Amino acid sequence: MNMLIIHTLNGISFGMLLFLLASGLTLIFGLMSIINLSHGGYYLLGAYIGVTVIMHTGNFLLAMLVSGISIAIIGVLMERFFLRELHLQPLPQVLLTIGFTFVFADIALMIWGGEARFIEKPSFLMNPVFIGKIGFPSYRFFVILVGATIAGLLWLFQERTRVGGMVRAAVNDEEIARGLGINVPLLFILVFGLGAFLAGLCGVLGGPFIGVYPGVDFEILLLTLIVIIVGGVGSLKGALVGSLLIGLIDNFGKVFFPELARFTIYAPMVIILALKPSGLFGSRS
Amino acid sequence: MKTVTIEGLSKSFEGLQALLDVSFSVERGERLVIIGPNGAGKTTLFNLITGEIPPTQGRVFLFEEDVTHMPPHRRTHLGIARTFQITNLFPNLTLHENIFLAVLGVNSQKFKIHQPVSTCRDILTKIERLLIEWDLQEYKRAPVKNLSYGIQRQVEVIMALSSGARILLLDEPTSGLSPAETGTLTSMILGLDPNVTLIIIEHDMDVAFRLAHNMIVLHQGVVIAAGPPEKIKADPKVKEIYLGEE
Amino acid sequence: MCLRLKQWILFLIIAAALIIYPYAVPSYYFTALLTQVLIFSIFTMGLNLLAGYTGLSSLGHGALFGSGAYTAALLMKYVSKNMWLGFSAGVLVAGVLAGLFALISLRTTRVYFLFITIALGQLIWAIVFGWRSLTGGDDGMPGIGKPTVWSSITLSGGTTYYYFALISFLIVLFIIYRITTSPFGHVLIGIRENENRIRHLGYNVWLYKFIAFVVSGLLTGLGGVIWTYYNGFVSPRDASFEFSAEALLIVILGGRGTLFGPLVGTVVVVLIKNIIAAFTQRWLFVLGVAYILTILYARSGVVGTLGIRIKRWVGEWGE
Repeated sequence: MNMLIIHTLNGISFGMLLFLLASGLTLIFGLMSIINLSHGGYYLLGAYIGVTVIMHTGNFLLAMLVSGISIAIIGVLMERFFLRELHLQPLPQVLLTIGFTFVFADIALMIWGGEARFIEKPSFLMNPVFIGKIGFPSYRFFVILVGATIAGLLWLFQERTRVGGMVRAAVNDEEIARGLGINVPLLFILVFGLGAFLAGLCGVLGGPFIGVYPGVDFEILLLTLIVIIVGGVGSLKGALVGSLLIGLIDNFGKVFFPELARFTIYAPMVIILALKPSGLFGSRS
Repeated sequence: MKTVTIEGLSKSFEGLQALLDVSFSVERGERLVIIGPNGAGKTTLFNLITGEIPPTQGRVFLFEEDVTHMPPHRRTHLGIARTFQITNLFPNLTLHENIFLAVLGVNSQKFKIHQPVSTCRDILTKIERLLIEWDLQEYKRAPVKNLSYGIQRQVEVIMALSSGARILLLDEPTSGLSPAETGTLTSMILGLDPNVTLIIIEHDMDVAFRLAHNMIVLHQGVVIAAGPPEKIKADPKVKEIYLGEE
Repeated sequence: MCLRLKQWILFLIIAAALIIYPYAVPSYYFTALLTQVLIFSIFTMGLNLLAGYTGLSSLGHGALFGSGAYTAALLMKYVSKNMWLGFSAGVLVAGVLAGLFALISLRTTRVYFLFITIALGQLIWAIVFGWRSLTGGDDGMPGIGKPTVWSSITLSGGTTYYYFALISFLIVLFIIYRITTSPFGHVLIGIRENENRIRHLGYNVWLYKFIAFVVSGLLTGLGGVIWTYYNGFVSPRDASFEFSAEALLIVILGGRGTLFGPLVGTVVVVLIKNIIAAFTQRWLFVLGVAYILTILYARSGVVGTLGIRIKRWVGEWGE
């Protein structure tokens, strides 16, 4: 029973991490119609930058911040100088961003080498949290907390502020949006930067239980894609439901069917595709 | 024979009622012109007749056969074709290739995979005939995107004709054309095979009255008047809509 | 078959060059290089049918290539050395897999389609990687010998295999040529150019896409089999996403929807790869930059941009 709870906790915290990644991707797509498959690369670079920051300062939270900001900068530069050229052309965007992923991966190899690196849990979260007599890793709770908080903020951002509507307007017709007094370039920078920031931050956040190694970029990207396929592209709700689902299935899969661990996450994907190709909460675009 | 019959057709999109309880029928060889202000649901009606979207309610009959649940490509085989309000050709392909695809669509050779196009003599002959008939041979090898807008609109109609359709839906065929081009296209339409049934959406009133055997006026998804042109011209409701629009 | 005379001449010159190549350039290294080019061109020609002509870009074709390769390897190791069996099985497996991929992915289009091909490709890779007992997992399957053609005659390596690859390449080239100049092929192009319109012209678009997918899978799988027999070694890398990405890049770089685009693209990429390898390990970086530059500046690829000039000189290609 304890193990069951711990596995569920692990699944949910992993799901939260996936949510943070998927939400960045889906936000950028839903609001700006940009498909950015170098999201995995952002994660990778964020993780490695985090490793370096922790090595020099030992401060986990600082690492999260620095990684987030660094990746946000990289993301904004990418959007400004490369992706804007490919406005509303999804296929070239995909291919371009895959190209960037390869570049990032190799840069990481060059700077940090090919061995796996380690990000330790922050010292204030080293000790387990006790509920009754059972100890749970407090770090997992932390991840869930961060995930839920950001989920709430994002929901507020998209639903309650005018910003969401403004961005959508700006994507559909920049001229008119500008005419309405919307500062379009700034808006794009903010949204894209936010998505990239989240990805970089996740690199550090996920470090303690996912690890930092060459190839993690693609694994994370794949998981994120599956989440989005299941949840529906462009839907924040879908990203949440999808990531929790995948997080739990992945975890339980590894526990109960270790040999087939890699396939368990594909099962919901194939089922969704068979029944509702646009995803649980997606709409045909 | 009633080539097209619409029975109680309604369509709503997520709360927006695009069409409500539209019914009419068209005889073989008849020219029905549909007019109405923008947003009246005219193009939605076409989409329902061709099968691109399913109705929320009601039925569609083509050649007295219930096609309400038939997919678009099979309706094409029954003998219906349409043109589009915004020119919808294959822009990078040549005029010849465009028409080829239109003619091939209802031809049994369309799954031929092992022999080149040059062996489809019947199709190639037909294309030559069409090009001569509409005096467009010189543009045969030009990418369609390079042709003038007027010619493109003509090609839209030719594409629909190429499949040998007996029912043609023309969606604002003269939109964007100069008066001279409009005259040419209108004559072209009048000169079509009298056995072909035409349903035409038009904004140009002169063209509409010139072409129509019968007319239907759509306003906000509802038929507010139907009948021969003289009756429509005299109808006070119609005048109100169009005068009110100005 | 009615190619114009000028096209025939150009084609014969290239074919002749390829045929006398091993004797004109008596270097084992260069023969091996060109053999690889020919084999990978078969892969990219298969992909081009779906991605270039029909407009359905796929990033999962590496899995199809790998399925052909692994099937051939497994057969060699456990069942029989017979070449014909290996080919039939490999191509069949790839074709069936392509059919399954198609059934799942064709419910969507464009970008969603691409995502799903990535995921499906990875699914296959995961199987190949994880099933250690069968496929050797990450270590791959070494020691695949050459297959037997007839009783005890085996297909040998070196120059003999070069000609074998050349013949296969020419056969596949011919198949692609016939398909793309046929009515069926023209419909595929129509689907790419304006899917909405072509649906209204009376075509069962799904069926065309499905057939294109399966045929593309069959040809890709064929490439995989020929590769296994040549290389003597199969590994998960032959079914990887990176490999799929390389293939798609080649198709775009060479010129999507052109007959010789895949060959040209493969030549360019293999050349660059080998030149780069002499200087640095940074192939991934170069691949990434190549992608970026191609997408930004050379979208119609080498043959695409040159094609306009060649077209005028040689006459019509038929597409």
